[in-house]
Amino acid sequence: MILGSPAGAQTPPAERRSGYEFMGPDTRAMQDDDATNPGMLWVLDGESLWKRKAGSADKACAECHQDMKGVAARYPALRSGKLINLDQRINACRVEQQKAPALQLESRELLALSAYVGRQSRGLPIDIAVPEQAKPFLESGRAAFNRRQGQLNLSCTQCHDGLAGNKLAGNPIPQAHPTGYPIYRLEWQGMGSLQRRLRNCMIGVRAEPYAYGSSEFVELEYYLMWRARGMKLETPAVRP
Amino acid sequence: MISRREFVIATCVTASGTMPGAIFATPAAMNEAIRAITGGAEARRGRVKLDAPALIENGNSVVLAVSVESPMTQADHVKAIHVFAPMNPLPNMVSVHLGPRSGRAQFSTRVRVADTQTLVALAQMSDGSFWSDQVSVVVTIAACLEELK
Amino acid sequence: MARAIIQVPARAKRGEIIELRALIGHVMETGFRRTESGSLVPRDIIRQLVCSYNGAEVFRADFHPAIAANPLITFTTVATESGRIEFRWTGDNDFSATESAPITVE
Repeated sequence: MILGSPAGAQTPPAERRSGYEFMGPDTRAMQDDDATNPGMLWVLDGESLWKRKAGSADKACAECHQDMKGVAARYPALRSGKLINLDQRINACRVEQQKAPALQLESRELLALSAYVGRQSRGLPIDIAVPEQAKPFLESGRAAFNRRQGQLNLSCTQCHDGLAGNKLAGNPIPQAHPTGYPIYRLEWQGMGSLQRRLRNCMIGVRAEPYAYGSSEFVELEYYLMWRARGMKLETPAVRP
Repeated sequence: MISRREFVIATCVTASGTMPGAIFATPAAMNEAIRAITGGAEARRGRVKLDAPALIENGNSVVLAVSVESPMTQADHVKAIHVFAPMNPLPNMVSVHLGPRSGRAQFSTRVRVADTQTLVALAQMSDGSFWSDQVSVVVTIAACLEELK
Repeated sequence: MARAIIQVPARAKRGEIIELRALIGHVMETGFRRTESGSLVPRDIIRQLVCSYNGAEVFRADFHPAIAANPLITFTTVATESGRIEFRWTGDNDFSATESAPITVE
């Protein structure tokens, strides 16, 4: 029987641990070294894309932007009253500045760019702002995290706050802090966004996953990043 | 250079492995694959060290390392190291070809391990002898996947 | 060309045993997976990696579908002379990729 923690009972801030600490030594070593981390292949592709001119404006990201240090650590964030994540912010630039079509969510190019931008915040603490107008979004994400869902009728908090560190199917349950996205997941044998990982979670409890790019997902990402505030970003992380 | 015998074995293994409803290999298939290299000669346990984690977090990417005691001189060196997985769809995993310029008889890579099994490493020496090691691994699966399995 | 990351020491002493690492982006499709409709996804793998030192082969690896996606391999060679160490991958569907780095041996 699963004994869940009451809704809202969170892991105390000082006891928060990145998914990195729940992995075996081999997987950690894979992440630690840029020469063995497969995520670096996407970072390098992202660097090329960053420098390539695109769209009818014929501009490269590099022409307007110097380094992106600190940027990935601040998303999701409000932009003109709308909550968006880093992928959506990259697409906003593509459409508005480069006059190029938006990149498809979860496409190789978008993952490469977000990995390249994310890598520049590696080692920095996650720093999510919650201005007054953003509070409803945070509460919506929090409610989603605490809500039972799916055929298995489980909430995220039951496992990831209440049972983190215990084993499920032989593997330790992590605390679910998005400390390294986009990640190279061994299960995918490729790179993926936080939304892709969350889809896996929802399918895991036999719930209908939200659509890519939906506001439900961005609000949940917002809550998760806020819950992980202060923890260091590890992009591009490796996870089982 | 790939010998004709190696080429024939490789294509046979490929053909059987890609038929619809392919069955997984068996220890017998692995022994055949080993015999294709040794020609039936005995492979003694020793001198070879095969390293893989006893408990595997994800069978899609498992760090595997092999090292063989050898002076790696022209007169006495490891010619090749082969690694096998009896319970994978195909028994052969990887083969590396070394020589006196290698310095050390060792390599490391990342492999797919389909199920709990005993992996085998076979070292082929310049004097024609064969040495081996094996390690038992347990494969667990991730709990939250993309497809219902 | 597929993205590759190689690691070759920039300098070494003559006779020193050096470690070489090569990581390349490739899906390594096994040929055993099926699509949602049940048809087999055809095999598409890297079959071989050859490492050459000033043109002479010093290491060769034969990859099978058991090699994980985005293959990484680490091995050693003796630093004999200054020059170039080259990695060449070949595989199914005419796959080919090369990456090289200079080395100074004193």
